Amino acid sequence: MLKQFKIERVPAPRWSVIVIPIVAVLVTFLVSSILVILAGANPFAAFFNFIVTPLSSQVSALEVLVKATPLILTGIAVTFAFTAGYFNIGAEGQLYAGAVLATWVGFTFTSLPSIIIIPLMIAAGILGGVLWSLIPAILKIRLKVDEVVTTLLMNSVMLYIVSWLLNGPWRNPLSGWPQSPEISAAAHFATLFPKSRLHIGFLIAIAVVAIAYIVIKRTPLGLKMRAAGASLTGARFAGIDTTRTMLTAALVSGGIAGLAGAVEIGGIHFHLIDAISNGLGYTGIIVATLGSLNPIGAGVAAMFIGLISTGSQTVSRVLGVPVYLGDVVQNTLLLVTLAMFLLQNYRIKRVRWILLS
Amino acid sequence: MDTFIVGLIAATLRVATPLIFGTLGELFCERAGILNLGIEGTMFFGAFTGFAVAASTGSLWLGLLAAILSGILAGLLMSLFAVKLGVNQHVSGLGITLLLTALSLYSFRLIFGESSVNPSIEGFQQLSIFSSSPILGPIFSQYLLTYIAIALIPLVGWVIYRTNFGLQIRAVGENPEATDAAGLNVIRLRTLALAIGGGLMALGGAFLSIAQLGSFTFGIISGRGWVCIALIIFANWQPIKVLWGSLLFGGVSALQLRLQGLGLDMPYEVFLTLPYIVTIIALTLGGRNAQAPAAMLKPYRRE
Repeated sequence: MLKQFKIERVPAPRWSVIVIPIVAVLVTFLVSSILVILAGANPFAAFFNFIVTPLSSQVSALEVLVKATPLILTGIAVTFAFTAGYFNIGAEGQLYAGAVLATWVGFTFTSLPSIIIIPLMIAAGILGGVLWSLIPAILKIRLKVDEVVTTLLMNSVMLYIVSWLLNGPWRNPLSGWPQSPEISAAAHFATLFPKSRLHIGFLIAIAVVAIAYIVIKRTPLGLKMRAAGASLTGARFAGIDTTRTMLTAALVSGGIAGLAGAVEIGGIHFHLIDAISNGLGYTGIIVATLGSLNPIGAGVAAMFIGLISTGSQTVSRVLGVPVYLGDVVQNTLLLVTLAMFLLQNYRIKRVRWILLS
Repeated sequence: MDTFIVGLIAATLRVATPLIFGTLGELFCERAGILNLGIEGTMFFGAFTGFAVAASTGSLWLGLLAAILSGILAGLLMSLFAVKLGVNQHVSGLGITLLLTALSLYSFRLIFGESSVNPSIEGFQQLSIFSSSPILGPIFSQYLLTYIAIALIPLVGWVIYRTNFGLQIRAVGENPEATDAAGLNVIRLRTLALAIGGGLMALGGAFLSIAQLGSFTFGIISGRGWVCIALIIFANWQPIKVLWGSLLFGGVSALQLRLQGLGLDMPYEVFLTLPYIVTIIALTLGGRNAQAPAAMLKPYRRE
């Protein structure tokens, strides 16, 4: 008889939901410590500044939520599409499309009061995202063109459109900078606390999390989406109109990404610049994955990424480490978590093998 | 008009070079059944590593070698997630792109500091062949790497279609269960394909930083990797068609640069979007009958 180890597939125990993220964070910090040491800084000081410093004052803790707001929305956008098996990698472009339309509304209808112009900007943002996601969605559904490729290419096209607007028709005539005219004062989103940038966009994001959770987990549409995502042919056999389901998921996803753009314009920037996103759409994919395609999980993940991105500015300022450390940490966290998600389904078990020879 | 066309052809070949490397790299991965969305980051990482090593050692060839090695490492990382662990290929590939991009930016700042002037090196020079001819001279005055890229196309075709190794790669991409049953190691073959693919992608990135530009900028790849992902579908996973796709994209890019120069009353961004729009249209028209390797996106697990 010979003792051996066997890897067995078992369902994840309940405690793993808590333990896995913690272990993933620890492993991530261990790996990225190498980079901190290479920069000649103390890793403990770095991670203290990453995690603890941002939460140590009210202003910076609220700043974490400011950073998390667009990430919650892009994270939900990606969650929605991925749940239905539609791989929308175009949240970045859709976010800009929403920001463009929202900015236009914001600086065009200057005589409208807040109560009208803000909902109008939000609607414009959603519309922008939906329109920009329409082309890849239709190509996918009607002509079976791979949506991953088209949404990626559409991101590049959108960046050029924004660059054209900012250097051409929208260029600020006073400063000459590549930035759009300011939106009207009435279009500025109300802030929630004095001395903080946290604005009503955060509440909108939280509401979107709740609605997305109910839609995905508790409605017939959500059931159809999950079925299509699990197996397209299976869903078709079950009589689900997969084309329609996928189109809905794709457009809702685009709309939420566009909403993120409107929220950033109305709550933070008040004009369009080409750096409003800097990868928020791509980070949405990280957020959705860390939240294992659960809207509430995505909300929590977005806040953690918001913490890291607030922290990375502190780390850079205090320790002189390049600010990109924050990006390295969040992307390492994504990969480590991906690995952990898989490992949670497996258990190494000692078994006895009888040697026949 | 002659100089216009001559210049256009020369520029087309130059623009197509990194795309040929990248797409051939992706071809290896996808033929083995792995969609490698790490390509954008791998090209960026290759461009950075090539430049950093060339700048610090003073040897362009060492830079090139380091870039290839960095690409192989990137391919192995992709293999760890997409092959060994069997993680969703879309997410792991994008994760690797994001990680390698961030890692390159971090290391660049660490090595070269925060200076506002981009450091530059004396990159590879264009070869001078037929330099006395006003037509052939400019067309053939390309970087050695451009010639290598074009020569790689038949070579990759030969490897994929005519060698035992190529047959094995195609087999794991079409039917890993049968390949496994035939006694071949699926994990090892896919890992090998990703390593070769990564090396080629990084070479494409390094062409930009140590030949064409002689410097490393943050926008150096700016979506070229995604274009390769489109070109491979357009090329129907066949090496020879990779050439046509790359030349088409290169041609439209070169044409838009020249149209900008003509002083037409149109914003130059319209021209910049042209290659992407043409790629989407080409994909829609030409990619519809494309036949992806059957096992693509499906992780293989022995049960």
